[in-house]
Amino acid sequence: MSADLAKLIFGRLTWEAIPLHEPILLVTFAMVALGGLTVLALLTRYKLWGYLWREWLTSVDHKKIGIMYIILAIIMLLRGFADALMMRAQQAIAFGDQAGYLPAHHYDQIFTAHGVIMIFFVAMPLVTGLMNLAVPLQIGARDVAFPFLNNFSFWMTVGGAVTVMLSLFVGEFARTGWLAYPPLSNLAYSPDVGVDYYIWALQIAGVGTTLSGINLVVTIVKMRAPGMSLMKMPVFTWTSLCTNVLIVATFPILTATLALLTADRYLYTNFFTNDFGGNPMMYVNLIWIWGHPEVYILILPAFGVFSEVVSTFCGKRLFGYSSMVYATVVITILSYIVWLHHFFTMGSGASVNSFFGITTMIISIPTGAKIFNWLFTMYRGRIRFEVPMLWTLGFMVTFVIGGMTGVLLAVPPADFVLHNSLFLIAHFHNVIIGGVVFGMFAGITYWFPKAFGFKLDPFWGKVSFWCWLIGFWVAFTPLYVLGLMGVTRRMNHFEDPSLQIWFVIAAIGAVIILFGILAFLIQIVVSIRNREALRDVTGDPWGGRTLEWSTSSPPPAYNFAFTPVIHQLDAWWDMKQRGYERPTAGYIPIHMPANTGTGVILAGISTVLGFALIWHIWWLAIVSFVALVGCAIAHTFNFKRDYYIPAEEVVRVEDARTEALRSLT
Amino acid sequence: MAAQSHAVTAADADRFHMTEEHHPENGTLLGFWIYLMSDCLIFAVLFACYAVLGRNYAAGPSGADLFDLPLVAVNTGLLLFSSITYGFAMLSAQAGRKQPTLIWLAITGLFGAGFLSLELYEFAHLIHEGAGPQRSAFLSSFFVLVGTHGLHVTFGILWLITLMVQVGQRGLDAPMLRRLMCLSMFWHFLDVVWIGVFSFVYLLGVL
Amino acid sequence: MTAHDTHHHPPGAHEGHGHDAGHGSLKDYVIGFVLAVVLTAIPFWLVMGHVLPTPQMTAVAVMGLAVIQVLVHMIYFLHMNSRSEGGWTLLALMFTLILVVITLSGSLWVMHNLNTHMMPLDAHDMKQMP
Repeated sequence: MSADLAKLIFGRLTWEAIPLHEPILLVTFAMVALGGLTVLALLTRYKLWGYLWREWLTSVDHKKIGIMYIILAIIMLLRGFADALMMRAQQAIAFGDQAGYLPAHHYDQIFTAHGVIMIFFVAMPLVTGLMNLAVPLQIGARDVAFPFLNNFSFWMTVGGAVTVMLSLFVGEFARTGWLAYPPLSNLAYSPDVGVDYYIWALQIAGVGTTLSGINLVVTIVKMRAPGMSLMKMPVFTWTSLCTNVLIVATFPILTATLALLTADRYLYTNFFTNDFGGNPMMYVNLIWIWGHPEVYILILPAFGVFSEVVSTFCGKRLFGYSSMVYATVVITILSYIVWLHHFFTMGSGASVNSFFGITTMIISIPTGAKIFNWLFTMYRGRIRFEVPMLWTLGFMVTFVIGGMTGVLLAVPPADFVLHNSLFLIAHFHNVIIGGVVFGMFAGITYWFPKAFGFKLDPFWGKVSFWCWLIGFWVAFTPLYVLGLMGVTRRMNHFEDPSLQIWFVIAAIGAVIILFGILAFLIQIVVSIRNREALRDVTGDPWGGRTLEWSTSSPPPAYNFAFTPVIHQLDAWWDMKQRGYERPTAGYIPIHMPANTGTGVILAGISTVLGFALIWHIWWLAIVSFVALVGCAIAHTFNFKRDYYIPAEEVVRVEDARTEALRSLT
Repeated sequence: MAAQSHAVTAADADRFHMTEEHHPENGTLLGFWIYLMSDCLIFAVLFACYAVLGRNYAAGPSGADLFDLPLVAVNTGLLLFSSITYGFAMLSAQAGRKQPTLIWLAITGLFGAGFLSLELYEFAHLIHEGAGPQRSAFLSSFFVLVGTHGLHVTFGILWLITLMVQVGQRGLDAPMLRRLMCLSMFWHFLDVVWIGVFSFVYLLGVL
Repeated sequence: MTAHDTHHHPPGAHEGHGHDAGHGSLKDYVIGFVLAVVLTAIPFWLVMGHVLPTPQMTAVAVMGLAVIQVLVHMIYFLHMNSRSEGGWTLLALMFTLILVVITLSGSLWVMHNLNTHMMPLDAHDMKQMP
């Protein structure tokens, strides 16, 4: 085949793109291929393809979509954490003559992939998954406002994750860090596919996230059960509302900024180039206008989880509900006026730096108010140290310290010393792990019985928690020390041997966290094995206060046989206090949204489109784009998107529950 | 503000569940409005880029050198007319009159197509003159901002044609009215963005 | 598009509960159109006719008229009011406008300061750079 024809058909994709000379990647590929083939073989052997397609892939049920988001996140956690272990290992050994085992151009891809995966494909899906699972149940709704879009959003996130994972085996990933600053990310310095993989993975996933944001805002605004005014919503629903407002109001900025970078790379424009009038600093400015609200998108749901967990496991109404709500709203608004603190050192001068330094300090105040509210809830409560509560206590200690280092960094003169040092790395891992990760584990443990009908094994939960808590501090305290001594981030080799001991301690900490992750996986396996012993029959295993605990575990597809009517905050607690009796007759047909395969198909085509654009396979890009638009238009001709669950079916399900509840007494 | 959920009546005070089917309010229009707000932010970024980079001519041509204001005035007129013809389409749709609706929609589409043609002509001319998007940061931000607006108009026209087919098939039932409302919001929103474009980019660009 | 259609309304009738957004009248559209035409013609005239003494004054006038025309579109074409969707439409718009202002003014302020402190002297120097 002539070279020109090959270029026409395959773009810039050649055999060189497959990393045959990289042993680490070959081994990884072998393991992934083996694992993947095993899964496919098992699915075929047990004839599960039909089941998988009908019950999961095409499902518009928010509970299933929430579960799938969390499964995706856990899988990507393993990849992102593998990157972390590799970095720790490299930094622990690469001193002086020892070059370590990772050359720079690999190391750079690893730290870039680690950041991108952890933020976009672990933290975001965890947060989105929990909100999907819990919010409709908490507000007494049957599903979200736009069930098809919900399914589509999930598969777009998967498409982004697939794109990132593909870069391991075909071509390379970006070497720019997780935010891909130009001019490094521009064509002049990154002409290869790496940054293009980055761009398209994020743009595909970003569509999913933005639509999900719109979906949940409308759900919370429009679909609350009768009587549930805004100030009677559960706190997790409030934080979800603010989170999704942030998503809608900030992801477009990422979309547009990445699109401008894309224009520079594909159309040779000059937005962020060094010449022809471009200004790379504008990229940094724009990306952080997105980037700061993004971290609040990650943390607010965690705060919501902690509010639910603290009030449930202390047996008390949350202290200061109104102030919690106001604090959340204030954080939402203030998060838009602090972004410059991410680039104090870029040179905007004292006036600008002072303004943003002050606003950054101010934004820590509402968070502080929340901590006090949780503490006051615990005071004189009957605290039960179940696993979700352990994660919460771990959060309180860890996150508060991380927050304090943040306030330190908010002082511009201090930041001039500490910017891009390991101190910064320690700070944001401190708040993200202590806040988001701990919050997500608390939420998963808390809502697992609701999702699956049995609790997670508490012993392995505690093992996981302690390993994470101890491991985190062992891994990151040395980084605070190193940062204060002046060590820069993203280095793959050091000259000063006196630093090595700190990196070795950090590596040990990472291994302890690894045990924490393994314990979590073991916990899942053990819990499934012992599910009868851990069974949740009542639907309310923790003595909960909010509506989701009024349903069975797992809830039926329609969530509530009858839409609840709300009178008070902590609606389920109110119902229990006032002698609520579950209705056992009078069931009616229930209107539900129908499953659809269009979401999977559209997301699949989008992923192909992304791949084609990355490799400059223009004919494929055009074909897939046309297919995408065509499928979307065809979907709009489908008006049969709902169905009724017949009353007899509802009777059958509810009677089974009545029987199960009766067998308890 | 008022609770969006239905007020609990006196009869509900003692019960904890609805006994009849409860239909939450349809969220499509609010959802689409929120999407438009997010689209607004995309344009905000593009305008911000134009504001920051829009005088970086890189020793090349400036707006004063390039912009053909009479052409822009005609284009603005076309878009404005398309807005009112869409308004007439909505009035007919809300009155349940299918044929006038389709006719006004078609006229709107033609105005939109006219707008796009003139814009493409303008772009082609600029590129031919050596003032393409690669020439300078000013031109990059000009082409991307105005071009993104044009892409939105293109999708709008595609959507309009789809809706015309569907109205032709189904008539003006509730889902079709909702869809026409959404396109209405989209179409007017594009005219709002254009106000920003002709004022901030073209008019200020020649000063 | 959503799970719960208000399917028991006859075609062409007004939407039922909760939907009081966006029904204009012919009068509204015509008023809006006329105002928009006027508010478009004036800035074009100001610029093309070099009517005002300084470019700064022209710029201020053009932007001011643009803001007014945006309001005209919002009210007469988009039927913006505080009752639509229980006030959420207006709230979303206000919030978005605040963010647009922050993005634009914040970027301008930050970038102006960055350029002043960090960029080389002038465009000619750029050509000399490797």
